[in-house]
Amino acid sequence: MNRLMRARLLVVAAILVVLEFACRTGLISSYSLIPPSEMVVAMIEMLRSGELTAEILQTVLAVFISVAAAVVVGILVAIVLHSMPRLRQAIEPVLVTYYSIPIFVFYPLFIVLFGLNDVPKVVIGFMLAVVTMIASTLNGLDRVPRVLRKTGRVLHLSRMETIREVVLPSAALSVFNGVKLAIAHAFVGVLAAEFILSTGGLGYQIAYAFHDFDNRKMYGIMLLLLIIVAVVNAFLMGWERYIRQRRGLS
Amino acid sequence: MIAQRQTQKSRLDVIVNDRVDAHVKLSGITQVFRSQTGGPAIEALGPLDLTLKTGEFFSVVGPSGCGKSTLLELVAGLTRPTTGEILIDGKVVQGGVPDGVGVVFQEDASFPWLTVWKNIMFGLKRRGVDPTIANERAERALELTGLQAFRDAYPSQLSGGMRQRVCIARTLVMEPRLILLDEPFGALDQQTRLIMGDEVLNLWRATGATVMLITHALDEAAMLSDRVGIMSARPGHFIEIVETGWSKDRDSRIASSEKFGSLTAHLWSKLRDESIQATRQSETKK
Repeated sequence: MNRLMRARLLVVAAILVVLEFACRTGLISSYSLIPPSEMVVAMIEMLRSGELTAEILQTVLAVFISVAAAVVVGILVAIVLHSMPRLRQAIEPVLVTYYSIPIFVFYPLFIVLFGLNDVPKVVIGFMLAVVTMIASTLNGLDRVPRVLRKTGRVLHLSRMETIREVVLPSAALSVFNGVKLAIAHAFVGVLAAEFILSTGGLGYQIAYAFHDFDNRKMYGIMLLLLIIVAVVNAFLMGWERYIRQRRGLS
Repeated sequence: MIAQRQTQKSRLDVIVNDRVDAHVKLSGITQVFRSQTGGPAIEALGPLDLTLKTGEFFSVVGPSGCGKSTLLELVAGLTRPTTGEILIDGKVVQGGVPDGVGVVFQEDASFPWLTVWKNIMFGLKRRGVDPTIANERAERALELTGLQAFRDAYPSQLSGGMRQRVCIARTLVMEPRLILLDEPFGALDQQTRLIMGDEVLNLWRATGATVMLITHALDEAAMLSDRVGIMSARPGHFIEIVETGWSKDRDSRIASSEKFGSLTAHLWSKLRDESIQATRQSETKK
């Protein structure tokens, strides 16, 4: 395992060194790419000056609200659909084909509906995240062993108690997987919405820097975004590993 | 100490109930499953009558698919019969698990997200039992099932037999007066089954509860029970109820006695034809 980790780190380091070399020697023009070390410096400068603080907060908050809404709505919808097999059968095709619809075509509509503010991008993030949340939770609910529900009945649990105390804990890993996917989808939705048309946020700043030929700023923010996503993911994976290990599934 | 006093109290209950004598009474039970795909309805059970005496150890044997587990689910109140009536302590069972009934299933029903201790405490917490009393009852259940060393383990760290013990402990701790066991040792190896059988006998003696055991193992039924009900092929009903006549302090060593051999042979001679019929049934189904 340790050797594997070292090998992986080595690959990343090698790529960085090659890029650094290619940029410094002029093999890659500074108009297309700046050296990785330069990106780090640019990012730290921007963080120090505080010019990005508001933008970071705006994007992270929009993603957070999208994910929170998607998780709550997704779990509730999945529970309802699971308890109504007919309704579920009727809706299943929508769930299956949902991601073949380019949700972004509705973005102008959302701006008309909600105005040019933070609401449309939260809606886009939510819409991209919620269906994967529903699908993952449904998958988890399908796998809850029947015997556990029966045990709930033997122990005189009410319907709500059974869901809270037995069904959801039993489906926790699938629900968790849904949350991971929902976060990834929400990031894509929010950032892309900021790119297209918005008044702020990290996506907006990247687009602005791009039009401004400000490569230092653009790559600095891109690096920052990658770091944010990597940290969030590392945290989620650590948590998941903890849950799995406890259940002897690792 | 208090835990002991409580068992004494529940034993007193048993003595009082003894006057009623019939703990569980099934009359005219049938169960028909309507096919969802439009095929013919399946008559799973009955008509069937059965009376369980308070404090007895009753086993049900029968060919596979004869409705043994359906019978257990009916008594547990997990399913409703198509016709007929089930009385527990004189009260009709309908649409819910009656108080004082505990069930151990064949499948592993331990909660994998909880430690052994929390699994056992689960039902007590739901019922709002006073924490000190709950702790004592859980301690005693741990002790009776030999799980003390594993209190903080998660079920995934335990063997199949140990997990089944967790389920038994979780049932015992609720102090049921009627314990329903649905092939609880079906997935275990032979030695473990014998040992678990002895332990179930000990628990039965310690709690004074009525036990109904569903099993496909004739030797298990012959060894553990006061009475063994032999079921027919589908639609299942009792073709004979055999009194074993064992003393109350029996254990697995009776398996070497002559009487055990003749009992098992008798059970099999009754079951053989039914099993052949059941095998034909399942083959025509295919």
